[in-house]
Amino acid sequence: MRFLFKTDYEDDIRLFPHSGYVVTYGVLLALLLIAPYVLSSYLMSQLVFVCIYATVGVALLILTGFTGQASLGHAAFLAIGAYTAAYLQKYNVPFPVYFLAAGALTGIVGALVGFPALRLTGIYLVIATISMALIVEEILARWESVTNGNEGMRIKTLSLLGVTVPRDSPTFYFLCLAVLVLTIVGTLNLLRSPTGRAFVAIRDSETAARSMGINVALYKVKSFAISAAITGFAGVLFAHKLSFISPEMFTLQLSIEFIIVILIGGTFSLHGAVLGAIFIVMIDPFLTYLKDDMPGIIAGIAATFGAGPATAGNIQSKVAAFASLNGLKGAIYGIIIVLFVLFEPLGLYGRWLKIKLFFQLFPLYKRATFKRQKIYVKSERNR
Amino acid sequence: MSYFRAENLSLHFGGLKAVDAVSFAVEKGEILSIIGPNGAGKSSIFNLISRIYRPTSGRIFFEDQDITDEPPYDIAKLGIARTFQNIELFENATVLSNLLVGRHRHSTTRLWQELLFLPSVRANEKVHRRRVEQVIELLDLEPYRDKLISGLPYGVRKVIELARALCSEPKLILLDEPSSGLNVEETDDMSFWIRDLKNELGITVLMVEHDMSLVNRVSDRVIALNYGRVLAMGSPAEVQQHPDVVAAYLGA
Repeated sequence: MRFLFKTDYEDDIRLFPHSGYVVTYGVLLALLLIAPYVLSSYLMSQLVFVCIYATVGVALLILTGFTGQASLGHAAFLAIGAYTAAYLQKYNVPFPVYFLAAGALTGIVGALVGFPALRLTGIYLVIATISMALIVEEILARWESVTNGNEGMRIKTLSLLGVTVPRDSPTFYFLCLAVLVLTIVGTLNLLRSPTGRAFVAIRDSETAARSMGINVALYKVKSFAISAAITGFAGVLFAHKLSFISPEMFTLQLSIEFIIVILIGGTFSLHGAVLGAIFIVMIDPFLTYLKDDMPGIIAGIAATFGAGPATAGNIQSKVAAFASLNGLKGAIYGIIIVLFVLFEPLGLYGRWLKIKLFFQLFPLYKRATFKRQKIYVKSERNR
Repeated sequence: MSYFRAENLSLHFGGLKAVDAVSFAVEKGEILSIIGPNGAGKSSIFNLISRIYRPTSGRIFFEDQDITDEPPYDIAKLGIARTFQNIELFENATVLSNLLVGRHRHSTTRLWQELLFLPSVRANEKVHRRRVEQVIELLDLEPYRDKLISGLPYGVRKVIELARALCSEPKLILLDEPSSGLNVEETDDMSFWIRDLKNELGITVLMVEHDMSLVNRVSDRVIALNYGRVLAMGSPAEVQQHPDVVAAYLGA
């Protein structure tokens, strides 16, 4: 085990508490940098989506995990970012400009959503953000002069400083990775300065935050704006990756996926956003794999247990019909969320910490070590 | 002119007069205790001062400035800090970040500077960290710096609340039942610290307290309340012998 002896106030401020972190993250970064020259193009495409989802996950963590304001409307912020990019592209605006403009516009919309949200908490805030998302979805479908309605919009290939960057090129992956890393570093900086601490204070006790001189309303709006702006940046990359956007891509389902990202990853640490993003991006191909192969496997098992070819065929077609039921994916997502909330409220990152501690303390690990640490429960007093 | 003054302060919930035309003054550098039976309106007065409730009528003055209409977050900026009867700490943060939140009124950095963590932000953080360390040293909180609040015992949390209030470097501190839930030794420690606030840090203390031995040990003056009204005011001994106070506690 490593014992940290702090000798300077700097030890409480620096991002990497000891050299072990520098090595770990250095190796991780190196692996990510050589990834495009090693992995298949399919996996690279998935990795780009992981970067985009993780960026949105970090944004949602700022709002939900650290400020305690739940949101089921982040698909709408993503849409605003994506459509801003698509619209400005029509006028040949260069990438850096529309990238920043998308973030700024989404941030402003986020702040505007933050104002009515000031008086709402808990489930009512969730309902308000869902309504916001539905309104945005409807506007995208109806405001045809700008958004081209339900026909959707085509996104031209990204051109950065005169160089075209196709959506499946390594450069585009590096761009997404850079946005993710910058977002994470910026968020970490925020969390170790007064604003980040004010967010956490609001999450845990608004009354106490107020009596410590924190303007709760202002910081809630700030949190909404920052979270929305980051999601807007991610939206631009999302649009480029898909190369075509239409309103039905930014539905409630997508917002729920973002919530799953942070719930499954873990709401108390930025690691959670990345782990959750890997989970949500990788579960799709996994489910497709199950859907394609599961009926055959089950029929095979049935055959080995003595079912005749007719019965086995019957079973296979029944399982296949079940696997292609509408809405099965949503049901599976729902079950996953329920299981995580019940059995692993700290998420994948919490599980990882437990595994790590198990080996650090071996053979002294006690199961009760994490008993007290639940995900945050807000004070019900003096609301 | 008094340092802190409440004039005809009232708080009515419909027909219930929680605080009814209470006037009192706190002189600079004194420890003033408010006592009274349950429901007398002691904590309500604190909640009026820190603007959790808005007074029905009456004015509050601090350093000759009318602060009745200031928003709650500006009260702390003026230099009035408080603790809570039922502990309102930031449960899922470390002791250190709880105390650093207490420094919020001294933070001057802007959002974009914090995103980049510019040298100025870093320098400010170090100053905050040093001030917090001074409070940690004063209140013997060294063993708990990096612990989460949710895992700490009640007695320690009570001290951390005081520490958080002190981190804001207040001029006036409102202590809402600082000894409730503490054992005899912890109460002794608390009484020494409250004296220290006055004698070493020069902080004016306004305190709500039930434990009469603590009140007697630390208070310069005492106000007794019942049913939202002032029964008696004066030295601890005077107030305790006042016939109305005896009647309120023991029944006539």
